[in-house]
Amino acid sequence: MQLILEMFSYPFMVRAILVGILIALCAALLGVTLVLKRYSMIGDGLSHVGFGALAIASALNLAPLRVAIPVVVLAAFGLLRLGETSKIKGDAAIALISSGALAIGVTVISMTTGMNTDVYNYLFGSILSMSREDVILTTAAAAVVLGLFAVFYHRIFAVTFDETFARATGTRTGFYNSLIAVLTALVIVIGMRMMGSLLISSLIVFPAMSAMRLCRTYRSVILHAAVISVSCLVVGLTISYLYATPTGASIVLCNLAVFLVYLILERITRPSSR
Amino acid sequence: MSLITCKGLSFAYDGVTVVHNLNFKVEPGDYLCIVGENGAGKSTLVKGLLQLKSPSQGSITYGEGLTASQIGYLPQQTQVQRDFPASVREVVLSGCLGNGGFHPFYTKKDREKAEKNMEALEITDLKDRCYRDLSGGQQQRVLLARALCATQKLLLLDEPASGLDPVVTKSLYELVERINARMGITVIMVSHDMAAALAYSSHVLHMGSDRQLFFGTSENYRRSSAYHSFMGSKNAARIWRHENAPVRRRREERAPEAAAPEQGAAIRTAQEAYRKEQTDRDAADT
Repeated sequence: MQLILEMFSYPFMVRAILVGILIALCAALLGVTLVLKRYSMIGDGLSHVGFGALAIASALNLAPLRVAIPVVVLAAFGLLRLGETSKIKGDAAIALISSGALAIGVTVISMTTGMNTDVYNYLFGSILSMSREDVILTTAAAAVVLGLFAVFYHRIFAVTFDETFARATGTRTGFYNSLIAVLTALVIVIGMRMMGSLLISSLIVFPAMSAMRLCRTYRSVILHAAVISVSCLVVGLTISYLYATPTGASIVLCNLAVFLVYLILERITRPSSR
Repeated sequence: MSLITCKGLSFAYDGVTVVHNLNFKVEPGDYLCIVGENGAGKSTLVKGLLQLKSPSQGSITYGEGLTASQIGYLPQQTQVQRDFPASVREVVLSGCLGNGGFHPFYTKKDREKAEKNMEALEITDLKDRCYRDLSGGQQQRVLLARALCATQKLLLLDEPASGLDPVVTKSLYELVERINARMGITVIMVSHDMAAALAYSSHVLHMGSDRQLFFGTSENYRRSSAYHSFMGSKNAARIWRHENAPVRRRREERAPEAAAPEQGAAIRTAQEAYRKEQTDRDAADT
């Protein structure tokens, strides 16, 4: 108890927990859709683009989030369109864009500031990285993501479950796919500072995968993923605070532990699971 | 007025025409079977009817207040769906989303409609089960209920029996027939199962790889050259008689019911034709 009080006496911890919970919630909700649509890797690709954008922003002395958000949203659109129309298939497109952006980012950094703690924080995340402005931007972005997700929940389900049927019965699937891409881009960018661009995609994939081990309906998967994601974040942050472990990695390890437990539970409860 | 009228309809991919000059009509109450070999463009035609692909030539006209988005569509199953965590109720309800206007959540009417259709397809007891845990036949029933939620008038089924065993296939066909006869919903079914096509349908559209081979009633189709070359001439008639005796008998038993006023005229015509044909054959046999 005293420990928790002590944790909350630091403003940076309060900011980190607040922002973290919002990010974890958004990531879990979108994660279920992305995993089911076989887009698990899109988070990884976008976070590398985010890294490139952050590198350029810091080289030019601009506010990192203001540069990264539009760039990553554009990249999300690009990935989606590439996957839909061109001859380059989705996974290959993601590989091209993500390694390309990473290379640009690393080059820009080594030409300007060189490899320092800032860069390390971009890659692996930092609990201290949240400024006041970041908190406000993140809260606003998270509110947008949660609001849109709630309003379009049933349509997102329909488009995820069966895109052809949804389109045939008059749902504008192009619009909802773009919406999912934009929301994902937002979550990636706002989550990247804390989780690190190498680890943020785990926040999208792990809770959804864990929840899908045990849950049997879409709604329960969504709710379960949200709960897992937020609890893992809080536990991970606490561990990170107590033992000075890297924040992003601690959270991911919590998620990994939960996933393994759920995997074992699944094996026990349904031995012949498909 | 016809529900759907297609005139000189062609579809092309990258300039290569895959569907050639189709001319056919679908009247309310019809049960149209679309048959043809692989590569004849059946699935392309389905996309065209749903307005997911625009024709390269010709036109599709919808009548009787039907629009393309009001077609209840049963797609071929995709791999994604087979491991999707969703309850039967969630899947069926998602068919209601296309029904006019934008509501973020389902209305009471949507829920009632879903309940009603689940009942009609005898899947009410499965409604809280997970879709991916169901058998192939049960999954098709769920998707059929969803399609019914999306339409008042027309069901479009794309190879509904693929991957199902013969017993389940038969009960699915009977279910579709019941929907057609009792609920007065027009059915268009794409199939490569010729026996079923003839047994249940009122009309047949036979697509060849370079032209339309036949369009007309199932009766006429059975006598057509398209049918005989497709089935290997003489054997065909024998196979048909053999496999479909029970179906014809059922149609006989249901005949009084068919006279109900809400039934489409096409069904009656078809049923009369069946009856006449049966008497003729009986006479010939004795």
